[in-house]
Parts: sequence; structure tokens; C-alpha cells
Amino acid sequence: MVEHGDIRVVHRGGSKINSREPVVTNDSRFLLCASGERVKVFSTSTEECVHDLRGHTDLVTGVLLRPTNHLQVYSCSVDGTVRLWDFTDGILIKVQLDYCSVCVTCSWLMFDIVCMCVCAELFQLVAVHLPQSGDQLVEAQELSAVLSNVSSNPAATGFGRGVRAPPLRSPNAPPGAITYPKTDSPHLLTTQRKGGKNTLMCIACHPKDDCIATGHEDGKIRLWRNFNHKKEYTYTTLHWHHNAVSSLRFTPEGTNLLSGGLESVLVQWRYNQESERDFLPRLGSAITHIAVSPDGTLFCTSHSDNKITIIQSCVKVSAVIQGLVNGESVRTDLMVDPRSKSLVLNGKPGHLQFYSLQRDKLLYNLDIVQQEYIHELGLQQFEVVKVAFDAPGNWMATVEERKPKAAEPEINLKLWAFDEQTQSFVLNTTVSAPHEAQITSMCFSQAADGQTSMLVSASEDGHFKAWQLPRSAYEGPSWSCDFVGDYRGLAPQCCCFSADGSLLAVSFQEVVTVWSPASWELLTTLSQPPKAIRDLCFGRLGCSKYLMGTTASNLLCCWNLLTCSLEWSTSMDVSLLLSDPLTENMAAFCCQAESTDLFVFKPSEPRPVASLKAVCSGKVTRAVFAPREEMLESCEESSQWLNRSQLYFLTQHMLFIDDSVAMTPFYLLLGKHRKQENQDSLTRLSAELMPLPRGSLAIKELLQSPAHVLPSTSVLCSMFVESLLVSVADGSEESKHAEEEMESEKEEEDSEGEMESRTPRPEPASPGLQSAESAAPALTKAQLKELRRVKKLDHGWLADLLLS
Amino acid sequence: MASFKPTKIQVYPKLGEKVTQDTLYWKNYKAPVQIKEFGAITSIDFSPVAPHNFAVTAFTRIHIYGPFSQEPVKTLTRFKDTAYCGRFRSDGQLLVAGCEDSVVRLFDVSGKAALRMFRGHTKAVHVTDFTSDRYQILTGSDDYTCRLWDIPNATELNSYREHTDYVRCGVTSKLNRDLFITGSYDHTLKLFDARADKSVMTMDHGQPVESLLLYPSEGLLVSAGGRHVKVWDLLKGGQPLVSMKNHHKTVTCLCLSSNGQRLLSASLDRHVKVYNTTNYKVVHNFDYAASILSLALAPNDESIVAGMTNSILSIKHRKSPEESAEVSGQQRRTPSYRVFVKGKNYAPKQDDYLVSKPVKQHLAKYDKQLRTFNVSNSLDTALATWTRLRKPEITVAVIKELDRRGTLKNALAGRDEQWLARLLNFLIGNLVDPRFAAVLAPAAEMILDVYRRVVGQSPLVDRQLLRLQELLEREIDYQQDLLEVLGMLDTLFMVEFALEQTEDGEHRR
Repeated sequence: MVEHGDIRVVHRGGSKINSREPVVTNDSRFLLCASGERVKVFSTSTEECVHDLRGHTDLVTGVLLRPTNHLQVYSCSVDGTVRLWDFTDGILIKVQLDYCSVCVTCSWLMFDIVCMCVCAELFQLVAVHLPQSGDQLVEAQELSAVLSNVSSNPAATGFGRGVRAPPLRSPNAPPGAITYPKTDSPHLLTTQRKGGKNTLMCIACHPKDDCIATGHEDGKIRLWRNFNHKKEYTYTTLHWHHNAVSSLRFTPEGTNLLSGGLESVLVQWRYNQESERDFLPRLGSAITHIAVSPDGTLFCTSHSDNKITIIQSCVKVSAVIQGLVNGESVRTDLMVDPRSKSLVLNGKPGHLQFYSLQRDKLLYNLDIVQQEYIHELGLQQFEVVKVAFDAPGNWMATVEERKPKAAEPEINLKLWAFDEQTQSFVLNTTVSAPHEAQITSMCFSQAADGQTSMLVSASEDGHFKAWQLPRSAYEGPSWSCDFVGDYRGLAPQCCCFSADGSLLAVSFQEVVTVWSPASWELLTTLSQPPKAIRDLCFGRLGCSKYLMGTTASNLLCCWNLLTCSLEWSTSMDVSLLLSDPLTENMAAFCCQAESTDLFVFKPSEPRPVASLKAVCSGKVTRAVFAPREEMLESCEESSQWLNRSQLYFLTQHMLFIDDSVAMTPFYLLLGKHRKQENQDSLTRLSAELMPLPRGSLAIKELLQSPAHVLPSTSVLCSMFVESLLVSVADGSEESKHAEEEMESEKEEEDSEGEMESRTPRPEPASPGLQSAESAAPALTKAQLKELRRVKKLDHGWLADLLLS
Repeated sequence: MASFKPTKIQVYPKLGEKVTQDTLYWKNYKAPVQIKEFGAITSIDFSPVAPHNFAVTAFTRIHIYGPFSQEPVKTLTRFKDTAYCGRFRSDGQLLVAGCEDSVVRLFDVSGKAALRMFRGHTKAVHVTDFTSDRYQILTGSDDYTCRLWDIPNATELNSYREHTDYVRCGVTSKLNRDLFITGSYDHTLKLFDARADKSVMTMDHGQPVESLLLYPSEGLLVSAGGRHVKVWDLLKGGQPLVSMKNHHKTVTCLCLSSNGQRLLSASLDRHVKVYNTTNYKVVHNFDYAASILSLALAPNDESIVAGMTNSILSIKHRKSPEESAEVSGQQRRTPSYRVFVKGKNYAPKQDDYLVSKPVKQHLAKYDKQLRTFNVSNSLDTALATWTRLRKPEITVAVIKELDRRGTLKNALAGRDEQWLARLLNFLIGNLVDPRFAAVLAPAAEMILDVYRRVVGQSPLVDRQLLRLQELLEREIDYQQDLLEVLGMLDTLFMVEFALEQTEDGEHRR
């Protein structure tokens, strides 16, 4: 058997933590929130992620504490399962399968009854009674539809007080109606008034009184009372918000009502004294959810910028848990900060975020615009649209842009110097209106000497400008314009410096001009009509004489700069071309029929180094090579290109239609995944993705039950071996299958530590074998024969493993 | 919770020349004393001995001024015609001058009558100087000759007839009694040795030479002629070192600052340029009312004296240290000792727990109002008289911030006549300023939109609006003119560029 590496795409992190409201545990020490396919447990005091509850195979849509045991938590997911976890240890306790549900979008749990919205075509509120059984895997059969036609917005459904029959309120599909089933007959409360923009946004029920608070699109909060009697209800209106109220919550004692919205101000209303309000302003961005700890000491607000703020009783912010901000769009390219090796992209409005790829953690936000952010709909804000780093990481250039409706766009170019003392970037120069129109591309000279930094910015106004740092004798150094270039009045699209900084290539529609930055002489022009150049890229290291370009007419061209001629070209719909700064490899993403292929090649060689078909669905819009912390030593040809750096990319469109629960678009291409020679690689791949529903019971028990409830290992070992051996009917097949499953699970756990995991793997098998041999005299002849057969089989497999 | 971010006040680059040590040095002179002479001042010479009187040659007389007097301490009037080139001897006792009538006269500074008359030239004598042994006189004349005279005997020692045009400048070496250099309108400089009958070195300046200057070390010679100032290395046999072309009319006079670090050149274009003698870059520049014919610096640069064609003598004296200190820093009030030092000199001990006080954010008044969304009030604050007049950038920044917030219209609307007139006044003052135009133009449009209905109701506002319109029309005219000039320049440059290219092509062929 021969091993060779396989490359696969791994979802790496940066999931949303603000898709559902967070849950604070009873002792206020932990905060749980749904994050992609996982549930994350954060400490409320240190902001660290304590546990990562993995197990769901699709988006987690709801998290709730188990009312009868405050150390356990339920979570439900789109994959149709409800899981029970012990969050202090981070262990899965129970899985409840709910096969009939197609897609659970949100859920609430009351006294071991799961109520969930089920999306088939209509949203339906369903009560699921979870059976009380000791089994690990439980199938829930008791389903009862409570309400149909409910809003898909989870904030628009709330629970009131009551034990057996909770008044359940949910807005109907015609906007602005509240239904509340009392025992079995739902009442309908119409909130719609004529001519008002008062669509219902969120709802909260008072924990003690018969009172419902509803938040509306016009910023008003209405408190409804007396609704048990038909048509005799009364309501009062509270108005402070000027945009829609997005979240409402009563404190556990019912003394205060918390509300939040786009203004990013947390408003605390006194219940029954509504004229008294407290404010906590400037929380950063729009509030999407508010949660209160059961003892009322902590408030949590989750924000639209993927952030959870923990507030101590509305007095002061005590902690901020910040995930990767993934706003409407990534305007800046993905960049890697050469110093911290962190990923840099635009995050909060007017900020750059520095995101650690290794730790899946946001390091810090850098305020680029340095202006007060006004939370108002329809206001044109400054956005960071371009960012560039120079090779040693001493300088960073950013471009911010604001487009007022009627006036000229405002563009600022800012240059930041790295300050060794504060270990962050400090503003050095601001150039207001560096160009008359949008800046299309910007790059630093990659000269290795680090003496003279040069920045080139190309703009739609038909010019490209070079900026340099002259040493001025009287003040500190500041950047100034060194050269303005143009070519026949065409608008430049891309610019790119060669590896040694001696050449600058600027593309003007279908023409590539090559300039010498030393003398600003136009050296040569290259062109490949008929369509405009989309991407430009110089080769690195040994291939530095090549210039790569992609055109809008699906052509990938390679020019040789020594002969100034086209070396080769091929017809490919390349959506993105980028070069690895550490090797001579280049990566091209090709979009064909809804899926993207990845080609890795060297400009000097005609054959691609690696090609991956259907890396992901949808178009890849941004990608970056990030250097590895330590170099891998892999000898396989197909994965060698990943030895020094990893490739990260960002897809354009999600698999899921609903944007609010979309999976984060963050994938990692990770090198080296073992593939067996057997043809079952495909099934293995699917095995990785699916939880293992079948298989021998013993293995399942062994693998899935928590360690502290298991008997001692010596007892287990013989049981385990027996389960492997004794089944006579299809013993060998079964055992092989089971072992494979074991393997695949292991690989799932530590696919990155593949090198380490390979060596210890034979060990669990060999003690098993030894014990079987020592127990051999006690066995019958038939069993011995069987064992020999198995041993032979296993041995060959082991030998191959050990040899490799 | 982040704190409020104050409004960013744009810092605009300061226009005009940069303040350097040189500008500080050369600006540190008092306002000039101007004295009217009888004719164009052709020569100024400082006496080498204290109190450093200076002789001013103008028309038919030579005035000798004391260092601080505005009246001449002495006047020499015994010239039949225009006098030229009054020069002191190195001991300050004697003074020699040429004359249009070709006679060279030697005066005792304390007497009135000429001690000696040297006759022999046939035309006007423009150059006179003493040699360094003090017993001989060098003269140069329009009859193309230069001669050496013996003072005690009043006889001609030698005559050099090598120049082919007027000799208009000359210097003698201060270190060697036999060496002297003359410059002529035949574009040449000639170095003579009195021990030989011929010139020993000839340099071609390229233009009629107007002035010569020897460095104190006498290794370098500076010549001025036409628009060029050239530096020659005498030790390398008269090799040209630098050529400078910073004036746009003929350079008439050269002199060196007392420490030898700066070279000054005066020209008919009314400017005096100061060069750094290490890299020969212009470091400073001052101008006068008329074309300058002569320039001299007092020892230690105590005063700058310039004579002009309109017969005005301008004397600038250096400010005394007290005076310059008075101007630069007024007596500032300092906080009292107690306030200044209280608690500041206390050093925390090793195991002290340091409790830092939260830093209070200080906000300007308009920022406080912006924080609470009082947009109209913040605009009022920004339009307060002092801010509006002294710091228009603050007003503009607040207007910009309001525009960014989308509330500028609200802030502008609903104002009374007085306020509107004030705002329009501000616009009229700053709208055409290129630094502010991008912000103020949309604001002005917004004002017109808001108050369109009430135009014609207030004569005050209407007058302002008319002024604004007039201003804008004028500005548009300027812009059009500028565009035309730009177009013309572009064509000129293109023609020159094309010519260069064809020349290059021909060269290659």
C-alpha cells in the first residue's frame, strides 16, 4: 500500500457568534453562544473561549440551558438533532434525533419540551416532547404543532410565564399580529394601525405580570396588558429609538426592560415608571440580541459586527468577545501582516481588523477613519477600501472612501508607521484627495533592502502616482508624491512591483506598461487584446522574469520580460490570480459552472504543480497565501507547494439562502490528508462528513460515552477485542470497517497533526493483538483459526504502515 | 464602550518658504535706512579698520558714511566727471577712485584734496584697487588696458594690453602683492603676475564679466557676468567648478559673508541671492525696490548696504540680541511654583500600589454639542467671531462633519437675518480658498436651497448674495484664464519636447 498526500479544504473559523442570542449560565461565569456548527463556551471574566462543543454537522440554531440541571445545555441545529451537553467539561451527553424535521431554524426549550420552528414551506411552531430515557441516542416521536405560519425571525417569538401551558406569542405572517395560545385556543392580537410603519420586530414577555412588550419598526415599544380578554386589551407606548427596535428583554425580576437597536445604545426602562431611562451609549454597532443572566447581574448584547458585549447591570462594560467581523463585503483584499502574520481585512466600519489565523481570534481593531460613527440608516460612511503592507511590515497604507450622493467622492490615503514601543501602527501621513476618482489598486515596492519604500496607487482618473518617503531635515519624515504617470488617457487597473522592486507593471485596459521606478521611464508595453487585463502578478524567486496576467476574455498570459514577448497563454476563466511570496508558485482560481477549481503552477513550467477540482461551490473572491509558522517537510509532489505557506480563501456566495444564518465563508486549504490505496476514498470522505449512525454498539459506546462514566480500561480492552473478533458471520469485514471508522474519526480530530498521529496509531491495535494472543489457549479451535486469519490480515496492514 | 471621537480639524500645509536657519539669520535685520544719493550708486566699499566706515561712489562724488550715521562723515567731490570704484587701502588711510575723465585720484581719507593724480589712461577708469603691499595701485580702463602704478612716485609701472574690450572689474590678491585678476567685457578673466609681462592664466566666462570675487583663501575665484555666476578653481589652473544661473537679469555684484559660508550675488532683477558655498544652492533671497548695482556687507555681517540705479542707498543693520529676543517671545505668564510642582516630584516607592486617575477627555465646545446632537448650536459655536476669523479651518471642519452626519441642512435652516448675513460673510471670505472650496461649495448650495423662498425680503442678505455672485463670477473668469494659460504652456512644452526628441534622433544618426 502506498500513501500519498491529499489536499482538502477545511473550514477554519471566523464563524458568526451573533446569529443567536447568547446564554449566560446560572452562576454568570460562562457565556454560551452558537457559532457555526459549534457551541462556544466563553468565560465572562476573561473573554477566553473555554470549550468548543463540536458535534453538530450543520449550523447551530439555538442554545438553551437545561432547566432541571443548570450544568447542562441543549443545542439544536439545522441538521435535525438536539444535543445535550455538559458545558463545564465540554462533553456531549445525549443526542436526540428528530428525523421528521427538515430544517430547524430556531428553538426554545421548556422543561424538556423542545419547541422549534420547523421550516418546510411555512414556518411552524412545534412542541417536541423529549422522551426520558437513558439512551445515548433518542428519537423523538412526540411532535405537536402549536402554531403555524409564524415569523422566521426568532426575536419575534417569546415565552411568557406559566408552567404547563405557557402563553406562547408569535407574530403571524401578516405583519403585526400577536397570537398567544392559551391552553389550546390561540388568541389574535392585532397591532397593525393604519398608515403606521409599525411592523413588529421583536417581542418580550414580562416574567411576573401579564404584560407583553413589542418592539416595532418605527422605533416604538408598546406594552400590552389585559390581553387575556378579547378586545379589551390596553397598551402604552414608549418611544426613544429612532430606528427599528431589534431586541427587547425583561430582567428576571421584571423591574427593568432593556431595549436595543441600530443606534447601538442599550436603553434600560423602569417597569411601570417608563419616563425614567438609563442609557449605555456607543456600544460599537447595532444591537441584535440582548440576554440577561438568570440572576440579573450581567447583561449581554450581541452586535451586528460579530461581537458580544458583557455589561455589569448596565453600569459598565466588563468584557467584549469579538469574532471575525464580516460585514456586507470585504472591500480590502485579504492581507497578511508581515509582522504578526495575522490576517488583515476591513471589519467594523472605518476599522481594520487583525485576525490571528492560528488561534481563530481577533487580535485588535485599528481605527483608520478616526471619526465618530453615526448610527443611522442611509448615511454614507467612510469605508476602508484598500490596504497594503510593505515587505518588512514597517509601513501600512490604507485608502478610505466615502461617496456622498450628490458630491465628489471623498478619498483619503493614509500611511501608518509601525511603532516598536506600542507595537501598533501610528498614523504618519494623511493625503486627502490623492486621486480624483476611485483608487483601483495599490502596492508597495517589495524591495528587500528596506531602505527606500515606495507606494504606487492607480486610480480611475487615468493616473497612477508614486509616493515616497523623503527625509526632511526639519520635521519628521512624511510621504509625498514622487511621480504621476499616465498612458494615453486610459484608466489604470492593476499595478504590481517585481520581486526586487526594479520594475513596475501597470495595466491600462488591455495594455500592460512596464516602468522603471528608478528613472520613471516607460520601458515597454505588452498587450494581449481584445479584452482588459484583470489581474497582474510578477513571478517570484526563480521565475521573476515572468509577468502573469489574466484578461477578461478568459485568457491567462505569461510574458517573459527578458524578451518582452508572450511566453505562453492558455484559455482559462481565472477569477483570481495570486502569487506565493515565499515560493515561486502561483495560484489561479478558475470559476466554472458554479464551482471553483484551483490550479497551482510555476510560470516556468507548463504543467501545473497541483490542480484541485471543485474546491468549493461559488466564486472565490479573495484569497491569500499565509506563511506557516514552521515549515513542513513533505516530499509528496502534489502537496509540496503548501510546505511553506497555507492558502486561505473567501467564497462569494454561501450554500444557505438565509443570510442571517449563513456559514462563515472561511475555509482553509490544509495540506496532507492520508488517502489509502483502496478505492473507498470517496466513502471515507463522506464518512468524515456524516456522524456514524451505524456500526458496532460497543465501539459506539466506547467512543461516544464520556470517559468518567466508563469502566476501567482493562475491562474495556477485552470487551473491545471480543467485539472485534467474535462476530463469526462477517467478522473480518466488520472489524476492518470499524477500524477504518476509528481512523477516520481520529483524523477528523487532528488532521493538522497528521505526522504525529500516524506514529501512535498502531498502538491501540497492537496491545489488543497481544492480549488476544495471551488469551489464545483459552479459546476454541475455531476461534483460534479465526483469530489467525484476522491476525494475518491486520499484520499486513500494520507492516505497511510501519514501513511507510 | 468607546469614547466620543472629536471632530478632526484638518491641518493644512503651510504655504510659502520653509523657515530655515538661513532665513532666520538673514531676516534678523532692522528695517532699511534709505538715503538718496545724486546718481546711480556704482560702488560701495567698507573700510577694513574699525569703525568700518564705508565709501559710496555715486555720480561725481564719494560719500563716506559712518557705521550708524545717516549723514556722510566725509564727502570727496574733486571729480570732473562721474567717479567710479572708490576703494580703501588695507589700513583704511587712503582711498583710490577712478573717473570718467580717465584720471585716477588718490585721497587721504582725512583730507579733501587728491594726494596724487595718475594720468595715462585714455578712457574712463572703472577699476581701481590697492595691491597687498600697499604701495601700488591697479587700474583698469575702457581703453582695454590695465595698469600698475607706484604710489610714492605717481608713475606707471606696467601696462597690460591683453583684453580686447572694456575692463570693468578686477581684484588684487591679499596674500601675494604681485597677483591680480581682471575681468573684461571680452568675456575673459585674466590672472596677471606683476613680475611677468603677460597674463599667466585666462578663463572664459562666456558673458561680459561684471564682477569678480576672490575667496579669502584665494584658491577659488567667483565671477559674475550676464545671468551667470561662475566659480573657478585657481589652484587647478582655472578649472570651472560651478556655474549658477539663478537670476533673470545681469548679475552686477558679488560679496561674501564674513564667515565665508555664504556667497551673495546682486542683480539688475532687484534680487539678492544667498548661496551656500558648500553646495552652491540658493538658501535665501531678498529683494529691493530697484535694480542693484552694488552690494557690500559690513564685517561680521553687521549691516547690508546696497546701492541701486535709482540712486537710493539702502542700509540694513543687524538687530541687537535684545531686540530680536523682544520680538520673538513676549513675557509669558508661568503658573505659580506651588501649582507647578505639587505632587509632581513624588516618586512612588517600590511596593506602592499606583492608582492611576482616569484621564478625562477634554472636548471643545462644538464637540460637546455634536456629541449630544445639538447640530445648530455646534454650528453657532463654530461660527463665533474669533473662530471664524482666526481659525476658519475649525468652522470648515465642523461644517464638513455636519455634512457627513447628513444634518447640515437642519443646522442651516431656520436662522434669522443677522445670522445668515454672518454666514454669508464667512462664505464670501473663504469660498474661493482652494483649501475650503470643496466643503463650502456644497454648503453654499444648501443655503441657497434652504433660503430660496425668502430671497428679496432682506436687503442685508440680498446684498451679501449679490457679492457672493460677483465673487463667483470673478473666480470663474480667473479659472478660465488659468486654463487658457495652461493650454498655452502645454503646447510650448510639447513643442520643446518634440524638438528635443528630433535632436536626439539626429545625434544618434
